[in-house]
Parts: sequence; C-alpha cells; structure tokens
Amino acid sequence: MPETTLTWASVAPAIAEMYLVVAICAILLVDVFAGEKRRGLTSTLTLLALVLGAALTAVYGQVAHRTVLFGGMYVADPLGYVLKLLGFLTVAVVLLYSRTYLANRNILRGEYYVLALAALLGIFVLISANSLLTVYIGVELLALPVYAMVAFDRDSGVAAESAMKYFVLGAIASGTLLYGMSMIYGLTGTLDLLQIAQRLHEPAGLGVVFGVVFLVVGIGFKLGAVPFHMWLPDVYEGAPTSVTLFVGTAPKIGYFALVLRLLAEGMAGSAAEWTQMLGALAAITLVVGNVVAIAQTNLKRMLAYSTISNVGFILLGFTAGTSSGYSAALYFTLVYVLVALGSFGVILLASRKGYEADMLDDYKGLHQRDPLLALVMMILMFSTAGVPPFVGFWAKLRIIQALWETGHLWLVVIAAAMSVVGAFYYLRVVKLMYFDPPVTQAAAQSSPVAGQGGVRLVLVANAAAVLLLGLLPSAFIDLCSRLIP
Amino acid sequence: MHGLLSVLIWLPIIAGVLVLLLGERYIGAGRWVALLASVIALAVCVPLVTQFDTSSAAMQFVEHVPWIPRFNAYYGLGVDGISLPLVVLTAFMTIPVVIAAWSVIKARPAQYYASFLIMEGLMIGVFSSTDALLFYFFWEAMLIPMFLIIGIWGGPRRVYATLKFFLYTFLGSVFMLVALIYMYVKAGEYSIAAFQALPLTLLEQRWIFLAFMLAFAVKVPMWPVHTWLPDAHVEAPTGGSVILAAVLLKMGGYGFLRFSLPITPDASQQLSLLLIVLSLIAIVYIGFVAIVQKDMKKLVAYSSVTHMGFVTLGAFLVYHIVRNTGGLQGAGMGIDGAMVQMISHGLVSGALFLCVGVLYDRTHSRQIADYGGVVNTMPIFAAFMVWFAFANTGVPGTSGFVGEFLVILASFKANFWYSFLAAVTLMLSAAYTLWLVKRVVFGPIGNETVAHMPDVNGREFLVLGMLAAAVLVLGIWPEPLLKIMQPTIHHLVDQAVATKIPL
Repeated sequence: MPETTLTWASVAPAIAEMYLVVAICAILLVDVFAGEKRRGLTSTLTLLALVLGAALTAVYGQVAHRTVLFGGMYVADPLGYVLKLLGFLTVAVVLLYSRTYLANRNILRGEYYVLALAALLGIFVLISANSLLTVYIGVELLALPVYAMVAFDRDSGVAAESAMKYFVLGAIASGTLLYGMSMIYGLTGTLDLLQIAQRLHEPAGLGVVFGVVFLVVGIGFKLGAVPFHMWLPDVYEGAPTSVTLFVGTAPKIGYFALVLRLLAEGMAGSAAEWTQMLGALAAITLVVGNVVAIAQTNLKRMLAYSTISNVGFILLGFTAGTSSGYSAALYFTLVYVLVALGSFGVILLASRKGYEADMLDDYKGLHQRDPLLALVMMILMFSTAGVPPFVGFWAKLRIIQALWETGHLWLVVIAAAMSVVGAFYYLRVVKLMYFDPPVTQAAAQSSPVAGQGGVRLVLVANAAAVLLLGLLPSAFIDLCSRLIP
Repeated sequence: MHGLLSVLIWLPIIAGVLVLLLGERYIGAGRWVALLASVIALAVCVPLVTQFDTSSAAMQFVEHVPWIPRFNAYYGLGVDGISLPLVVLTAFMTIPVVIAAWSVIKARPAQYYASFLIMEGLMIGVFSSTDALLFYFFWEAMLIPMFLIIGIWGGPRRVYATLKFFLYTFLGSVFMLVALIYMYVKAGEYSIAAFQALPLTLLEQRWIFLAFMLAFAVKVPMWPVHTWLPDAHVEAPTGGSVILAAVLLKMGGYGFLRFSLPITPDASQQLSLLLIVLSLIAIVYIGFVAIVQKDMKKLVAYSSVTHMGFVTLGAFLVYHIVRNTGGLQGAGMGIDGAMVQMISHGLVSGALFLCVGVLYDRTHSRQIADYGGVVNTMPIFAAFMVWFAFANTGVPGTSGFVGEFLVILASFKANFWYSFLAAVTLMLSAAYTLWLVKRVVFGPIGNETVAHMPDVNGREFLVLGMLAAAVLVLGIWPEPLLKIMQPTIHHLVDQAVATKIPL
C-alpha cells in the first residue's frame, strides 16, 4: 500500500540511513576544510558520528513489529533494528583498531572514513531491503566503497591488483544477481519480496529454478562460497590489514541480511530448490576452506580461508530452511564478526611501521614479547575452532542443532569432521605464539608499542566478550531466536 | 549441603586465574595460593564423602540452575556412587602435582600452576555434570589447559605430541556432540537422565553407541586408538603425565559407564563382544609392547593402556555374565572391578610417573639404560618405587590387586577364555614392571651420575608418601569405596540390561 503523505512517523524507522547520509556529507566537508595537519579530527568525528548514529537509531529506529515503508521498498523490523545497532558498533571498533595502522602507513585520509560510512549505508540498505531493487542498491552501495578501500594504499601494487580482481569478480556477481532478479521479476511480475514469496509455489517451474540458480551464484560470489571464492584470499591478503578487518566483519552482517531477505523471505515459496543448492555449496565450502587453510603461510590468507569455512557454516544454517536454522545462521554470523574483529585487531596491533605482522612466522614467540596480545589471540583461535568455554562453540552447536532438527545427516557429519580439520590450523597459531621462540628480525625487536592503551583495552573487552558469551550464552542465543520469527 | 560441587569446580579455577594474575613476579605467593586451593578442594571433599548417602543410587548434592532455558539446558551438578570416587581422586591427585612442581618448574611457573588448577576444576566438572551439554562443555574445555601443558613444558617432540593429543580427542568428542544433539532433538532437553530414559531404536542406538565409543575409546585409550598416549606421556612434564594418567584417562571409563551402558543398552549388549575383544587385545598385546620399551615413561604409558583395558573389559562383561548365569546376581562385579581399577590406576600410575619425574630431575634422562643400582644411592626412593611397582603388578595388599582380581573373577563367570587371557597379563605386568625395577633400581651402580644422586628430599617424600599410603589403604580396606559404589552400580546394571527399544 503506497503511502501518499510523508509524516515523521512514516519515515522514522529509517532514521539510521537518513542520518548516515547526512553524516557522510558533513564529514566529507569537514575533512576537505580540515587539511592535512588535522587529519585526526576526521577520525574522531567519524567515531562520534557512529556513536550518535547508534543513539539516534536506538531511540527513534525501534519498531515493535514488521513495518513496510516507502511504498513497499523498505522494511523495518526488530531484526533490522538490532543489526543496525551492531553495524554501528562494528564499524566503530574497526575504525578504532585501524587508526594507528593507517597513520603509520601514511594512508590516514578522510576518504577512508567516508568510504567506510558509505559501505555501512549499503549494509543498512541491505538489512532493510524489501524489494529486488532495494536489494540491488544495497549490494552495490556496499560493494563500490569497499573496492576503493581495498585499493586505498595506492602505491601498493598488490593492493591495486587485489582491488581489480575484487572489482571484476564483484561486477560479475552483481550482474549474475541482477540477471536472476530479472527472471524472477519476469515470472512473478513484482519486485516486492513479500509478494514474490506469495506468488512462488512448489513445485517450482524451470524458469524459477533458473532464476534462483543465478541468485544463489550471485550470493555465493558475494559471500565467498566455494567455487566462487577465488577473490577472497587475494583481497584479504592484498588489502591493507585495516581494510581486511573491515571487509571481514561489517559486510558479513549485510550479506547475512541479503541471504535472509532475498532467499529466506523472498524465495520462501521455492525453498526446496535453494536450500538444496546452498547445502551443496556449504558442503564444498567447508571442505575446501578448511583444507586449503592448512597450507597457508600468511596469517591474513589463512584467516581468509577460515572466513570461507565460516561462510560454509552460515550457509548450513540457511540450508536447514527453518526459522531455527536462520536464527542459528544469524547467531553464527554475529559471533563470527565478533571473533574476526578481534583476530584482525590483533594483527593490526602487532604490526609496526614498516612491519606488517601478517606472516604466520611473525607470531612465533609472541607470548614472550606481548603476553596480552597472545592471550587474546589464543582465546579467539580456540573460539573459532569451536572449543568451549568460548562463544564459537555455541555458534557451531546451534548450526548442528538446526541441521539435526531437519534431519540433514550428511551435512552434520561434514560439519563435524571439518571442525576437526579446522582445529588443526587454529591450534597452529597457538603453537606458534606459545611453544616457539621468536625468529624473525622485525618480530624479535618489537615490543608492545606505547600509546595504544585505549585500543588494547577495546581488544581485551573484545576477547572478554568472547569468553563471557561462551560461559553465559543464554541471553544472546535468545535474542537471535527472537529476532527471527 | 548445597553448592559443595560448585565450590569444588570454581574454587580451583578462580585460584588458577588468581595465580595467573599474580604472574611470574609474585610466584612465591602464587605457589602458596595454588597449594592452598588444592588442599581446600580436597578438604571440601570430606563432607562430600561423609554426608554421602550410601544407600541411594540417586544423584546427591544436586544443583539445578537454568543455564540456557531455550535448550532446556541446566547448570546441573550431582554425584552418585561412580562419580564421587572420581571427584575425590581428581582433588587428591592435584596436590602431589602442585607440590612436585614446587622448585622443579623454572619456566613460567605461574602459568603452570594456573593450568593445573583450572584443569582440576574442569575435570571435577566433567565428573559431576548431570546435564550432557554441561558435561560436554567441561569435557572439551579441559583440552585447552592440557594442550598448553604438554606444548609449553613438554620435551623435545612436545608440539607433535600435543597436537596429536588434541586432535585425537577432539575428533572423538565432536561426534559425541553430534550424538548428544541428536538425542536433544528427540528428547527436547539435555539432561543425562532424560537421555537414559529416552526410547531409541536399535539402529539409532548403534550409531549413538559408536559415536560415544569414538569419544571414550580415544580417551581411555583403547587399542587401536591408543597411539596418542605414549607420545603425550613421554613429552608431557611430570605433572602433565600424572594428571593425564590419573584423571584424564578415567574420563573415558566414566563415559562408558555414564553414557554408553545406560543410554544405549541394547547396542551395548550387541557390540559388547567387540569391546571385550578390543580390551583383551589392549591387555595382552600392549603388555608385550610394554616389555620392550627403553624409555621409562613410555613403559608406564603402555602399562596404563593395559590397565585401562581391565576397565573396559569389566564394564562390558556384564552382558556375558547375565547371559551365562541367567540372573543379575554378581553381574555388577565387573563394573565394581572397573571402578576400583580406575581409582587404583589413578593412584599407581600417577605415583610411577612421579617416580620417573624424581629420577628425571636428577639426571635428565628417562632411558632405562642410563640407570642401574639406584637403591645404593637413593634407598628411600627405591623403597617407594618398589612399592608402586608391586601395586602396578597387582600384588595382594596393594590397590592394584583389588580391581584386577574383581575383573578377572567376573570374567571367569562370563567366559573361561576371557579370564585366561586377562590373567595372562598378571604375568606380563609382573614381567615389564619388575624388570624395569630390576634394571633401574637394583644391580650395581650404573654410572657416575647415578653414583652422585641425592635421595628424595622432604617434598618428594611427602608426595610419594601420601600416594603410597593411599595405595596401601585401598589395597587392604577397599570396603568403603565398594560401599559408596554399590547402589549406583546395582542401578546401572538394571539400566544396562533393560531394553530401550520402543515397541
């Protein structure tokens, strides 16, 4: 039902997006006039903007139940509300971790912050998409700033190469997605996701299956599911670590929303088709991600393959095709973001001017040089491996539970077996930090850098959250279950 | 009394964190905190034992607090006749580990103590959980401190050993988790009692049994998944070996008794022959393997595998006894023996590893060939070592005798050949243990190093003395232990022979 009059009440749930557009423009202007010397101002201002945005969203953005706005283009629901708050929080933490790193490499520029906020806007649009068009706008709005961020260190050839790769493959993915959307639109005659859901019925016709295939391929590209994962390790390795941190965290929230809105809600009518496709994708993603990660010597690249395997788990949640499965996927995604924030944060904090700390060997004997950083990293690695008492255990438990509830025996077995394979390379990081003496020149002489006290505190809080949510998981699990009706 | 078990779990963990926070700089205080915490933990066990109602098979000292309401998972604790002795054993064995490390561990001692204290809490948690999810939580969490203990303070091949240890056990437990979740989906809750009451078809039971078996057999360890144990034992520091042998292996035996027998009784019955054969292979074949070892720790490690073979043998004899005798009379004797064997093996193998540790601290060698005639320079130590060797061979009057005797007696009721094979190992274990003692302790002084070895100091005397006393007490007066276990094992036998297949 298109609304004709524009009142505050009818647009208030979209406060986060509206505010963010204003904030982006304001920060861009301030940065232009602040000049080279007062670059720190932009960064501080961005953090303040994020806090203010979270506050405004918390006050005005709350909705009691699902509300459709802007003529069916936009949906506001409790899930979106929580995800947006977490989006603000994630990006704030990302920027906090990155500041010293950027300054050390002379890439602390205002555009960086503006691009990050623009990508966040894309994430928000995805979260609230209720129409194929909005979905597509969200996907592009998220992707374009990130391409630029990957190439941000313009003197680095590797970064430029990986940005190019990302851009080309990302464009193919967008094209595929758009093509699938066009087929679905042609068959159902509507762009509105809810109406599409009502018009699709089992058994799906050949056309619908075709359309869904293209949608799934597009999503596979965006998430980095095997065999559409080729860009992901290159981008993670080639991009400046602060950008890797960004790419590895906040967008996952957006892509979770993409799968949820587009497939789980929009294509609910042909769930039998896409759950099968996702199941197959998830299985090979788990196997390839975990096995290939073992062979890596670069920590960022290893974490990239770890991301791929985690994407496999997220897809497994969707494969279940039940609200329990979706909430398991939501829980897994949020846990993944929390842990990825910390692990890339450790890399950022371990790096110095002229020393990236991205090779696995750089972590040899980290415990002797910087016990706190090593402890945090150990907690995060055990959590990703799914060992209690850390929160990663519950994430895997939720996924396996959802799969058992729907009787996916083989996927359960693959998920369990691959957890063991995964444990091997996470343990290797712990082994390097705790059991080996330091070797590399740069690593041996570096000691904790002074003046990062505040950031280290955030990192400790990050690790503490991983432990506490593991010991007392109830509230968070409950929240995720309540958000998916 | 309420909350005793929570105290037992969290007091050591909190003390461990405290030691960690005190750090290496205040290690003097840290040591005393560790000792105090482990002694208090044992003291807390006293009311646990004295107030334990030995006429009931029910869980006692129960704590039941909602943990994850959405999954119907509870922070549920309680002990019965089979978990109480293991809880006490855990609390008891941590003390010698703490004392033995006093001046021996030079590298990062605070972390060493913290690891052991945290592990003590987690292991007690494993034995006292009444909720499967909580059980698994502790079961897995315990891997982390052990991984670090072997990896940081271990020998030259520690990295290989600790990774092997972690991945072996992780592989086993992951499939146990899969089975637990499967039953949760059917039962709607995670309590172990609900799983025990849950009707399951034979097919389901078989798969669940195999998943459990993977987890528990690795932990026990049974042949052929025992290969991680010699590596882990050889590379682990003394304290790590002690806890590994004394308590960790018992988690496997406990798992069979708590999960496999009552939850999948029909499958257990069907597959009991497999378990018995594997146990007998462990008992006989590994006994031969032990004889040829050149490394003392490796020899004790293999001897652990054969002794733990008696535990699994005793546990699964019940079906064959029932089939043979046609009644439940005496059917629990095998399980009685298995339990006593677990406690006894905990004391004896722990003590033997401590003995090896005492020698190793003096010469930095574990090779049998590097010793000889130790009795000439270390008479007190020699007395202890001979005593523990006797216990290891199962000489009457030591705790080792009671368990093995009960199991062999029970196997006689089941099948003559079982008891024949099991009794053969009495000879084998006498062979490898006494030969070890002969080569290390007796004979002429082997070399210069041995000639200058000082005898045990007060600290070592205290540690070995308390274990020797425990071995003696359990050997001549096992009655209180048997009495504690009696009703629970009776109940367990009832559960194990009742069918759960839905009609």
